[in-house]
This record gives sequence, C-alpha cells and structure tokens, in this order.
Amino acid sequence: MTEAEQLIVVENLKKHFPISGGLVFKQKTGSVRAVDGISFFINKGETLGLVGESGCGKTTAGRTILNLYPPTDGKIIVAGHQLIGADKKELKEFHRKTAMIFQDPYASLNPRWTVSAIVSEPLRVHKLFTNERERNERVHELLMLVGLSPRLINRFPHEFSGGQRQRIGVARALAAKPLFIVCDEPISALDVSIQAQVVNLLEELQDEFTLTYLFIAHDLSMVRHICDRVAVMYLGLIVELAERNELYENPLHPYTQALLSAVPIPDPKRDRQRHRIILSGEIPSPINPPSGCRFHPRCPVAFDRCKIDIPEWREISTGHWVACHLVANQ
Amino acid sequence: MDQIHPVILQVEDLRTRFHIPEGIVYAVNGISFILKEGETLGVVGESGCGKSVTMLSILGLIPIPPGEITSGKALFRDKDLISLSDSDFEQLRGNEIAMVFQDPMTSLNPVLTIGRQITETLRTHLGITQEEADQKAIELLDKVGISEPASRLGNYPHQFSGGMRQRVMIAMALSCNPSLLIADEPTTALDVTIQAQITELVLHLREQLHMTIIWITHDLGVVAGIADRVIVMYAGFIVEEALVDDLYEHPYHPYTHALLGALPRVDRRRDHRLNSIPGAPPNLLVEPKYCPFAPRCTHVIERCWIENPPLVEIAPDHKAACWVNIDTSLTGQPL
Repeated sequence: MTEAEQLIVVENLKKHFPISGGLVFKQKTGSVRAVDGISFFINKGETLGLVGESGCGKTTAGRTILNLYPPTDGKIIVAGHQLIGADKKELKEFHRKTAMIFQDPYASLNPRWTVSAIVSEPLRVHKLFTNERERNERVHELLMLVGLSPRLINRFPHEFSGGQRQRIGVARALAAKPLFIVCDEPISALDVSIQAQVVNLLEELQDEFTLTYLFIAHDLSMVRHICDRVAVMYLGLIVELAERNELYENPLHPYTQALLSAVPIPDPKRDRQRHRIILSGEIPSPINPPSGCRFHPRCPVAFDRCKIDIPEWREISTGHWVACHLVANQ
Repeated sequence: MDQIHPVILQVEDLRTRFHIPEGIVYAVNGISFILKEGETLGVVGESGCGKSVTMLSILGLIPIPPGEITSGKALFRDKDLISLSDSDFEQLRGNEIAMVFQDPMTSLNPVLTIGRQITETLRTHLGITQEEADQKAIELLDKVGISEPASRLGNYPHQFSGGMRQRVMIAMALSCNPSLLIADEPTTALDVTIQAQITELVLHLREQLHMTIIWITHDLGVVAGIADRVIVMYAGFIVEEALVDDLYEHPYHPYTHALLGALPRVDRRRDHRLNSIPGAPPNLLVEPKYCPFAPRCTHVIERCWIENPPLVEIAPDHKAACWVNIDTSLTGQPL
C-alpha cells in the first residue's frame, strides 16, 4: 500500500453543548455530549462516510471539524495545520480550504439572493477574483461545472427544483477552490431519480479536483456506493471504522451488524432470505449516556463487563477499527 | 374473480385535479386497480407522482375546492366511495378502513393525552364507556409493543419518541379492527433500526388480524420486503403493476427499470457509477397528452410524443404503460 497523504486528522474530538437552568441566575446544569471523543483521518482525494441514526452526533461532528462550532476538546489538523488555537488569519485561510454542502436545499440558499450572489459569496468573502468581470466568469464556470445553464445566473432559488438547488449549493461550495468538503446528507431530501444525478456529480468533481469528502448520511446503501471508508457512530462515539467492503461484508460491532441487517434491499427474494436483527428500544439521551459501552442497553450480545468498562478503540486488522469487548476477546 | 380472495377495493379511472391560482394541477390522471382481500399492495413513486392524492381521493379526504374528482369509481366491497356522503364516510373511516400517516408528530394532537386520543376513537365508533375504552386502549398499546401501557395513557405525544408515536398511530388505526389499512409512508420519518421495528410490527399484525394493506412509499427497498403486488406511479399515472418478485426481476417500464438502476445496494460491491435518470418529473400544471416519461426516457419513440400509452397486460399478472417494445436485453436486472 502506498503511503497516502492524510489531509484531515481528527484526534479525540469532543463537542459538548451546555444545558443551563434557573430562572434568574442561569447555571450550567449539565451538558449534551453530542460528540464525545472521536478520532479518524481522511486521505487526500478520499471519501470517508460517517453514518449513524438521528442524534448520534454525526452532523455535530461534521460542523465541529469545519469550526462552525468551537470544539470542546481534541485536535483537528487540516493539511498539516492545527485548527485549534489558530489565529484569525489562519482561520480564514482554513475556511477557504474547506466547504460544506447542506442537507436541505430549500433552507440553505438565501431566497432573496440571485444564483450569482449565492455562488459568488465565497469569492467576495475571501477576496478572490476581485475584478467583476473575472468574478462573473468564475460564476459561469462554476454553474457549467455543476450542470446548470449560465443563463440562469440572475434567477432566484424558488425558480429551481430541489435537485437544481442542490447543484447551486455544490457550486457555492466549490467557488473558493476548497480541498475538503463536508457533505451533510446532501441527497436525503431529494427523490431517488435525482439522488443519482447529484451523487454522480459529486464523484465527477472529486475526480477532477482531487477533492476530499466527509460524507455524512443515514442511507447505508448510498454510503457503500460513494465512500472509500466508512465510520459508524453511535451516541457521540465511533464504534467501528473500516474500508467499505470490509465493513459491509465483515461488520464486527453488534450495532453495525444490526444497522446493516435493517437496511431494506430492493430485491424481494434476497430480502426474504435475510436474517434481520431487530434492536429493542431506541437511542438513549446523550445527556446521560449509559455506563461502560454506550450500546449495551440495546445490544443483543452484551455481557456483564459491557456495563462497567468502556471498550477500547482498537485496530483489529489493518484499517479495521472497532470498540467492542466481545470483538477484543476473540 | 378469484373465489378464495374476493376483491375488497376496485378503483376505476380515478382522476383528481386541483384548481390553484397558477392553473390546474393534474394530480391523478385515470387510475384503475384492484385490491384483493388479505393482499398487501405497495404503491411506489417519487414526490408529486399522485400516490397520496389517489388514496386521499378514495378516502374522501380531498378538500373540495381546490380539489376536484372529475371522474372515477372506488368500490369498497359494494359501496362507491367517491359518491359516498360525509356521514357515511365517517362510519367507514376508522371502522372498516384505517389510515397511518407519515408524520406521527403532526398526526397526533399535542395538547391531548395519548389515552384520550385513543379512547375517543373507540368511544365514537364502538359506543362503549370510558372504563371499557381505557381497558381496550391498554390492550392496543400492548399489542403494538409499548411497555407498561397502563402508565403511558396519561402521557402527551411529546413524551414519546418518533418510533413510539408511530406505534401509537398504529394502535389507533387498529382500534376498530379495520379490514383495510392504508399506510402512507409510515416509516419514512424514522431511523433504519426503528423502521425495521415498525415494519416487523405491521407484518406481525397483518398475520394476526388478516388485514388487507395498501403501503405507500417512495422506497423500492421497503416495498420489496412487504408487498405481494406493486404499483409504480409517475406523474399521476400507473406506469407498471406486477407481483413483487416479477417487478424486481423483470421491470418492463423504462421508468421502473431506471429507478432500480439508480439505487445502490447495501449487499453488493460497487461496480460502476449509478445510472442516473436525466431531467426532472414533468410539470403537473400541463395537461398530459403524451407519455409523461417521454422527455426522460432513453428508449423513446415517435409514438410516445403523440399519445399516452394505456396500462395493458404484457405478461400474466404484469401490466405496463409503454409504447416501446422493449428488447429482451432490457427486461433482466441491469446490475
């Protein structure tokens, strides 16, 4: 294996949101431990999938990595530069190198701005293409890249369909030539026939500009298709991480196994043959996460130790990481 | 007619439109299908394909105006639902036909306790006392897998999670032992593990109560696991109808074919890019005069632009609405 360049390194990243109580004197009464110590790296040009159910902390993780939320603890290194403790100038440069594509193409575009204003905003913020003619050319170029006609440049978001709006969001993300893009559920609000269009576009752009993606999603079929490696999150922690085919064909963590078995397959005969692991209960509150392994109250194979000790995050085979006592014992 | 499985619902040439300031929305454009007793029918399609409007029309839940049902019949046993009076409908809905909707939060009243909401239905339809209704509500909640049901009657909807609220909705739908359950995207708002729980629950209840089910969804994966027969809708038309195994093995209509090709599979290694369908669904404000899929279809021929193909049987128990005589290379699974 050739030594790939690690573009993004995240170490023990934590993001806690304080909860305050009291009528007059607000006091901190606890905290939501949305992300509670996750570590991973993403190679240049690679797509890492981050999957999990609602409330597992995957969106918070994505936003914290981009410094949209200040991290509570941990290290974030982007292209060799430490993000935490960076000064204003360094932060601005960091923000130029990174971008985000949001889930809801209706809420993430300003309805009063034209396509041109939306797509050129990163250029104005970062003082790129300062000459107006150059800037317009860049916007034209970006719209062509994402498959929209430059004639639409003066239209407003409401004149576009969901898939087209998502293309506008992609054009905006690409404007300042970023290295790294966090895609937060970029296709889950779209219809199936449109999803494939957007996914293919993201892949073409990745090939063309050697982009690095963190792809946050709950659609496990799509994640297998688009991601090189996949991390599974549960209640603020990554429980398993591996190369995609390794993870989908040899899942080791009981949560990953249950999650994968629950995904419907568009093939009735295969679907009937499958053994489905039905988990009981629902994801607990991240304010008071369960002791020991956070998955133990729902785990079909939990034993005494799972309630007490926090399982260690270990590399079981090359590139396959898992946090489970049962796997560690084998 | 099949003697063992009599027809419970027969819909014929149903057409529903909406009059809005911009013009007329042609939402449902002549839909016919038959549902047999004990069968589970999956209705699949993307947003705006008319799947929900079809069901709401059948159930007399289309607001008129702006809605208008311009033609059609929906025979439930021997009653035509389209011409039924409001009071007759009230007897039927909840009693013989029940519904579960997508969003359990907006379907439940946030200021009333769960117990009150379930017992209200029971008392309206069964004419029993509050004590009897409470007892029945506890049984129902127990049946849908809610633990300690007696203590949860006094809870409000916000005290339940999404999955639990959907269980409550199912309990309410089942309260009068309906013979037909219409579920409109019941698992769409839920996480995958919770989706599996709810699907399992409905399948279990189907066996127990011998219910006939119409399951509306946009997810071809979900339908594969539960339906006996599937209807694929596009722009207010049924474009394909087949038994579930047949549909996935031999999709006939180019839309169904393309849709299956656009889906990645959790159980397969990636071997190529997804086959995307170019373009977007048609504008429903334009009266459909030719095949609605023609602008996006890779097999389009001249006739597709002239007249709309009828839904015809092309193999036993398999109907499709497509002019193109698709060659054999297309009828297998593409992947």
